[in-house]
Amino acid sequence: MGVGITVEHLNAFYGKTQALFDVNIIVAANRATALIGPSGCGKSTFIRCLNRMHETIPEARVEGKVRIGDLSVYNGTSATQLRRRVGMVFQKANPFPTMSIYDNVAAGLKLNGFRNRKQLDEIVEKSLESAALWDEVKDSLHKKSGASLSGGQQQRLCIARALAVQPEVLLMDEPCSALDPISTGKIEELIFQLKEQYTIVIVTHNMQQAARVAEFTGFFLLGKMIEFDKTEKIFTNPSDKRTEDYVTGRFG
Amino acid sequence: MPDTNSSAAAVLIPAIHIPPISVRRRVTNRVMTGVAVLTVVLVLLPLFAIFAYLVYKGIGSINLAFLTQTPKPVGESGGGMANAIVGSMVILGIASLLGVPLGIGAGIFLSEYGRNRYGDIVRFVSDVLNGVPSIVIGIVAYGLVVMRQKHFSALAGGVALAIMMVPTIARTTEQMLLLVPQAIREAAYGLGVSRWRTTLSITLRTATSGVITGVMLAFARVAGETAPLLFTAFGNQFWNWKTDQPTAALSLQIFTYAISPFDEWHRQAWAGALVLIILIVGAVAAVRIAVRHGTLSGA
Repeated sequence: MGVGITVEHLNAFYGKTQALFDVNIIVAANRATALIGPSGCGKSTFIRCLNRMHETIPEARVEGKVRIGDLSVYNGTSATQLRRRVGMVFQKANPFPTMSIYDNVAAGLKLNGFRNRKQLDEIVEKSLESAALWDEVKDSLHKKSGASLSGGQQQRLCIARALAVQPEVLLMDEPCSALDPISTGKIEELIFQLKEQYTIVIVTHNMQQAARVAEFTGFFLLGKMIEFDKTEKIFTNPSDKRTEDYVTGRFG
Repeated sequence: MPDTNSSAAAVLIPAIHIPPISVRRRVTNRVMTGVAVLTVVLVLLPLFAIFAYLVYKGIGSINLAFLTQTPKPVGESGGGMANAIVGSMVILGIASLLGVPLGIGAGIFLSEYGRNRYGDIVRFVSDVLNGVPSIVIGIVAYGLVVMRQKHFSALAGGVALAIMMVPTIARTTEQMLLLVPQAIREAAYGLGVSRWRTTLSITLRTATSGVITGVMLAFARVAGETAPLLFTAFGNQFWNWKTDQPTAALSLQIFTYAISPFDEWHRQAWAGALVLIILIVGAVAAVRIAVRHGTLSGA
């Protein structure tokens, strides 16, 4: 089951440059929440603060409080423990190139010491099914490398890989930006189904996509969260002038 | 409506004239391709010339006795370099056992943890070590091992060669690991995989073929070294299976025989050189095939 996310007074820095300014947000469990905004506004930085990916960059640091379910993200939880519960799908599909399709999906479990072959088989199949990829790859699970798949398939493989560790939250950083409309459609459909089991936070440049998949939408501008509300409200009747300008295409 | 199409295109794209490819460009293209091919030939020529000359001079002396017997005393004909062939393998085995993990470890440090001043120091020292004459490294191994053991040994020879392997392996490993995209590491971190596990199971594995190239480069380079073995492995005219005893090596045997005044020994030196080069090529090829065997289609 998914869990909710609470973010309080989040500031993020790259060295001396501040990228996020006092972001506050409550993400509902088992819902999709979209983050929109022009390039460089801090959406990706924000999402990377939720699973402590931000701190893997040299000189990057974070201030503030983030709670995911009952976990305090920046207080007493190890980054690796946290990331097992908060999966991530990246902008560019990044399957492990030397691993087979099967090993790609099983990687998260295997590398964390999970060895039960039978259960692994089961989880790999289920994850690939959840990512709507099973039928396309079931005959070449061990024969083909993850990198031999098409772009859209690779991205779904990465989703399956994230699902295999059974997270509670799934972070998606522009998962469709490199995909054609058909693959994008497949992934959006997937997000719909995944909501039943996971809390989803998705960064997107595509406002139609936000409107299609998300119940809640947050608008970022220059490192600040300008507005956060029900998706419908953001797109039809935003409270802030800047949000309105952005969603109506007057800038950005 | 072809009319509107063409007028729309005319608005968007200004008419430009792209000249046809000139004769001069065609000729330049041909000439430069020729130059490129020529340089390849020039680079490969010495290699093939050396190999052909070795075969020409050495093949006649390679026979069963050469491959199975120990050297005969001066004046007796026949005999072989079997003990030196095995000795070389033992010494190179010890060198690889010590040098490969150390070199790869140093390379991992440089790439994953050494993007700072400590890394710069290690890089500098490593590059200097790479330039130290091999005979000096032999003296170091003499001081480190031979002085302590009180006698020459295969171990001392292996240590000397291992020291020579480390900088090459470290720097190529570093370069190969740096080529692995950050996105691959992030994918592993995102699954909750710890940093050291990511380095070993993801980053290093992704860079395997490049790292192995570095290892084989280092291996091939030290396999023919003579100077570092002169007062470490020392050489031996007889069979020796103990790693703490003076041990024969092909390069040493070739050296001894080549500077001798006997024709028979000269012929055997040529044969030894041919065997050595075949062993190196064989080892490199075997590792390459083994690695390719474990690779997936499309990887």
